[in-house]
Amino acid sequence: MKIAVCIRRVPDTTAKIAIGPSGTAIDPAGVKFVLNPYDEYAVEAALALKDAAGTGETVAVAFGDDSVQETLRTTLAMGIDRAMHLQGTPSIDGLANARVIAGALKDGGFDMILFGKLAVDDYAQQTGPMVAELLDLPCATAVTSLSVDGGTAKVEREIEGGTEAASCALPAVFTCDKGLNNPRLPSLKGIMAAKKKPLDITPVTVGDAQASLVGLAMPPERPAGRIVGEGAAAVPALIEALTSEAKVL
Amino acid sequence: MAAILAILEQRDGALRKGAAELIAAARQLADADGGTVDAIVFGAGDVSGIDGLGGMGADRVLTATHADCAHYCPDAIVATVASVAGDYRAILTAATATGKDLAPRIAARIGAACGMDVTGLAMQGGAIRVTRPVYAGKAIQTLDLAGTPVIAVRPSAVAANPTGKAGVTQAVTVPSYTKRLTVSGVSTADQGAVDVAEARVVIAGGRGLGDPKHFALLEDLVAAFGGDAAVGASRAVVDAGWIGHGHQVGQTGKTVAPELYFAIGVSGAIQHLAGMRTAGTIVAINRDKDAPIFKVADYGIVGDLFEVMPALTEAVKRARA
Ligand SMILES: Cc1cc2nc3c(=O)[nH]c(=O)nc-3n(C[C@H](O)[C@H](O)[C@H](O)COP(=O)(O)OP(=O)(O)OC[C@H]3O[C@@H](n4cnc5c(N)ncnc54)[C@H](O)[C@@H]3O)c2cc1C
Ligand SMILES: Nc1ncnc2c1ncn2[C@@H]1O[C@H](COP(=O)(O)O)[C@@H](O)[C@H]1O
Repeated sequence: MKIAVCIRRVPDTTAKIAIGPSGTAIDPAGVKFVLNPYDEYAVEAALALKDAAGTGETVAVAFGDDSVQETLRTTLAMGIDRAMHLQGTPSIDGLANARVIAGALKDGGFDMILFGKLAVDDYAQQTGPMVAELLDLPCATAVTSLSVDGGTAKVEREIEGGTEAASCALPAVFTCDKGLNNPRLPSLKGIMAAKKKPLDITPVTVGDAQASLVGLAMPPERPAGRIVGEGAAAVPALIEALTSEAKVL
Repeated sequence: MAAILAILEQRDGALRKGAAELIAAARQLADADGGTVDAIVFGAGDVSGIDGLGGMGADRVLTATHADCAHYCPDAIVATVASVAGDYRAILTAATATGKDLAPRIAARIGAACGMDVTGLAMQGGAIRVTRPVYAGKAIQTLDLAGTPVIAVRPSAVAANPTGKAGVTQAVTVPSYTKRLTVSGVSTADQGAVDVAEARVVIAGGRGLGDPKHFALLEDLVAAFGGDAAVGASRAVVDAGWIGHGHQVGQTGKTVAPELYFAIGVSGAIQHLAGMRTAGTIVAINRDKDAPIFKVADYGIVGDLFEVMPALTEAVKRARA
């Protein structure tokens, strides 16, 4: 089982976000960067599938500037065998980035390519299915269950009001959602071993973009609310507010 | 003139909710220069509800019928939409699990840009300008999308805007395609239950409930609201196994924008707020007056939820009687 896991370096989810002076990017000062939480599920799935198969290779892939090497090392410490750094500057256009990633994976002979469901910075939610389309591979997004039997994969994904079951032949692309597994933490031994694992650097360039970034702004503040009272005695005041002010009852 | 294509969803042969909102979003773009809106529906046979699409603002209703389309069949939809994409200025899907699965596939097939979870959209010169939450809603991104972009629109972005006109129905052919993924079925956990992402009223519980059996307090209030309310949950209680992940609201759960959101015994962690801060009206019940949830709540009650909830449920029943 040869599995690629595409990963992204993102601000920690608890980070306070401020817009930088350019008005098009966040101010990185004081922000801690981590492995995208959904990519942890993808890494865990890759490690577990390789273990179950008994043989194979897991490869982590990141497209970005040199800072992504630290994040790639995190995946190596979790147990990934080797890392590929696609060195360059990603575009705001998800398809342009997907073309870079697809190009790097095309001839890799992977049985499976895993992604996170979304990156918690840009929320683009498109890299995985686009790579699948570009490589002409089957794809299921946001899977919460993934099992392999011979050359076939079975998945489940949550949809509004239910769970959808699907299957496809390998090689295939999946994007991973919460619920798929419980990602392991890097062990001390893993961290030591990661230092000696291969991390290959390939310079890449993105092609034309059809999306352009106009700006980034803080969300509108919610108007200040109020405490209507304490305990059950406050219920009539709440009902009154919901009925005549908010008009939602 | 801009022709806009809206891809609608059906399940079990019936149109899903959200069609009116998606068509209204398409109309908003089309009307900027006197253009037209086509709505396309995929099914294995007749799909009930499509006769209302003209009245929702669709000029034409395109029906694509294929045996594979009994369930969601992304490969069939992508092939069909790609075969007609040249006629359109933009292609819209709803920002649902299905619509978000579809949009990037279509975009990659036709070589277009893709905008997901869009909350605002307008024609802007030669491009379509979209706004969308990023960084878990901590910032709003504005993008210009050139070409024929594929845009997944949040249901709450544009309100339904019925026109009362009749649309023309026309069949389109599903071209021959390779079926790479087979959806074998959909299991609905609790029959008839409204999904938390689609409910008008969400009643969310957190660790303050103390025990999974106390979700009954929330279900009582759901029942008091009738058919369009759903139970939501914080991650803490989902991870504790008190309730299924399908109910989780927040960064690693669902993003919801109901008219009315109740946070019951939920502290209001930033990752929870990411999933519900755009709700119409937010009500918080928490015994800690300094809980961060009160910072985003329109109305708060400081108190013990076990005391407040039964009184609240009774009062809602009376108010709605
Ligand atoms: C990467 C990442 C992603 C995450 N994603 C999500 C997500 O999607 N959704 C999410 O919700 N969280 C998410 N979290 C977790 C989040 O940080 C919080 O831990 C979680 O939201 C807390 O849940 P809670 O409010 O139920 O529990 P607590 O924070 O423990 O709050 C319980 C609240 O109940 C109140 N309370 C207790 N007893 C009573 C009573 N009798 N009456 C009234 N009030 C009472 C308390 O005052 C307290 O405010 C994520 C965290 C990380 C790191
Ligand atoms: N620059 C990147 N390099 C490698 N993988 C990426 C990159 N950006 C996104 N991904 C992958 O695509 C998933 C979805 O990201 P996005 O489409 O940006 O929301 C992430 O969880 C990663 O698995």
